[in-house]
Amino acid sequence: MSVRYLSCGDTAFTVEFGNEISPEINGRVMALHVAIAQAAAAGTLEGVTETVPTMRSLMVTYDPLATSRAELQPRIDALIARGLPTDMASRRVVIPCCYDDPEFAPDLTEVAERTKRTVDQVIAAHLASPFKVYVLGFMPGLAYVAGLDRTLYLPRRTQPRVRVPRSSVAIAMDMTTIYPFESPGGWHLIGRTPLWMFDKRREQPVFLAPGDSLEFQRIDRKAFDRIARQVEAGAFDWSTLVAP
Amino acid sequence: MTAALKVLRPGLFDTIQDMGRIGYMALGIPTAGAMDRIGLRLANALAGNPPDTAGLEIGVMGPELLVEADSVRVALVGRLSPSLIGGDDAPPKPLESDRTYLLKRGQILRVGMIDGASTAYLCVAGGLALPPFMGSLSTYSRAGIGGFEGRRLAASDSLPLAQASAAPGNERKLGAAFDYGRGPIRVVWGPQDDCFSDDGKRTFVTAEYRVSKEADRMGIRFEGPVIAHATSVAKGGADIISDGIAPGAIQVPGAGLPIVLLADRQTVGGYPKIATVASVDLPRLGRLLPGHSVQFQPVTVEEAEKLRREQEAQLRRAIASVTTARPTGGIDLVRLYEENLIDGVIYDPTPI
Repeated sequence: MSVRYLSCGDTAFTVEFGNEISPEINGRVMALHVAIAQAAAAGTLEGVTETVPTMRSLMVTYDPLATSRAELQPRIDALIARGLPTDMASRRVVIPCCYDDPEFAPDLTEVAERTKRTVDQVIAAHLASPFKVYVLGFMPGLAYVAGLDRTLYLPRRTQPRVRVPRSSVAIAMDMTTIYPFESPGGWHLIGRTPLWMFDKRREQPVFLAPGDSLEFQRIDRKAFDRIARQVEAGAFDWSTLVAP
Repeated sequence: MTAALKVLRPGLFDTIQDMGRIGYMALGIPTAGAMDRIGLRLANALAGNPPDTAGLEIGVMGPELLVEADSVRVALVGRLSPSLIGGDDAPPKPLESDRTYLLKRGQILRVGMIDGASTAYLCVAGGLALPPFMGSLSTYSRAGIGGFEGRRLAASDSLPLAQASAAPGNERKLGAAFDYGRGPIRVVWGPQDDCFSDDGKRTFVTAEYRVSKEADRMGIRFEGPVIAHATSVAKGGADIISDGIAPGAIQVPGAGLPIVLLADRQTVGGYPKIATVASVDLPRLGRLLPGHSVQFQPVTVEEAEKLRREQEAQLRRAIASVTTARPTGGIDLVRLYEENLIDGVIYDPTPI
């Protein structure tokens, strides 16, 4: 598979693996992201400052005072030519989600009506979806999580909300997401997690990472409140979310 | 009592910035950092700080700061007309920019307006005693992180200083104000120049674009002739699958007007980017004000890299040209020694 190198000025370039969204293409993006991090850590890619994975491409940023595009591109080519694994081992995380409270899930009934299912079927389909974190962006910690069950595909709301509460779990198109902050948003709100996807008090303020496999676990309002109190107090054990 | 600079009156948009929060774009964290890295580097050089030390980025109009420390040395860089208020009834005494001053407890520094630019810097010798967030002191106010409580300075904020008093030494000044260059803003085509028609690309590099009122640390929205996409906007010509956004990326949404994305830009986006500002000219963009006009001129990646290396050499020369500043009153002992004694008979340069 050939890649395209796209110029992003003299401090970055994008390695584009394709013009579509697919697990295979994203797998190669993530593999190069990891391969470059390893090479940089080993000191063989001097001047690379960071890499930004997206659905189908990887942006590589560099310091033009330490290296150059002409020096770097062949080295990236060599990393790709050596062969990138297509099936990267990934972390499996489980996110608790409460679907019960109408305040948490104001769009659940409408989603059920528009997809011609029952509310319980919508929840079951969301719980059964094999999700994967493709990209973080737009705002700190906001993850674009693909893999939504086909029966739930809907375009974004025609009238976006001015205020979506923090930790809302939402769906749109073939994806789900969790809002890290209160913000405007046009996705359908079907639940809420007691977790904060961005918490500046934590040493790792962003919990999700590109490449994570993700599934939701249904909790009731009581469990939600219990976990919410722990998260608020900074006492929640986040390691319990990572499956062995 | 801890040494501090207390904000008596805030400026318009004062934030703590360093060279940026590098390494977390993959988690959706913008780099933020100085809009004009040259100004910050020069202010730190004057203050005797390492180049990546965080300082105060002044946006359009600076604050009034009360010295709550035995003494503090501040460096001001940019087109400022600062003044010093002695704490008594004396009228404010005008100060110069592009140099350092030793301030004493109770004195008030009025940073003032910036003349014809949006950005200037204030650095304190020894730096600020603030905790870094994800390795950086850069403020990213949209997420409330970094700098001073993740936000712009407000009245009665107290900026803690790393040093209780200034080290003895001479005040220093730049040899000359830094020359940022003039003429068109240099850009490199891409990453999505193929999303625009030949006409659209021609418009982009021949027309004049004016900075609109929507200009801040995130980016600058320009006004001017519409740039045509290659495929009609109705057919998705202004949509791409989101990819990474480099500093200076020029995205052109459906309306056809360019938006240059700067320090607080989001990490990824789904609008096509016709070109990217060469890093040599990013500090110039970081200083533009609404109403300023620019033209864009394409260069190759190699040319852009070479221009940046030349600018770095120019910056190093500017830092090397830092000299002792004449005090604004009294006898300059250092100058006296340098000019009278070094050539005098009591000084014997021969090594023993």
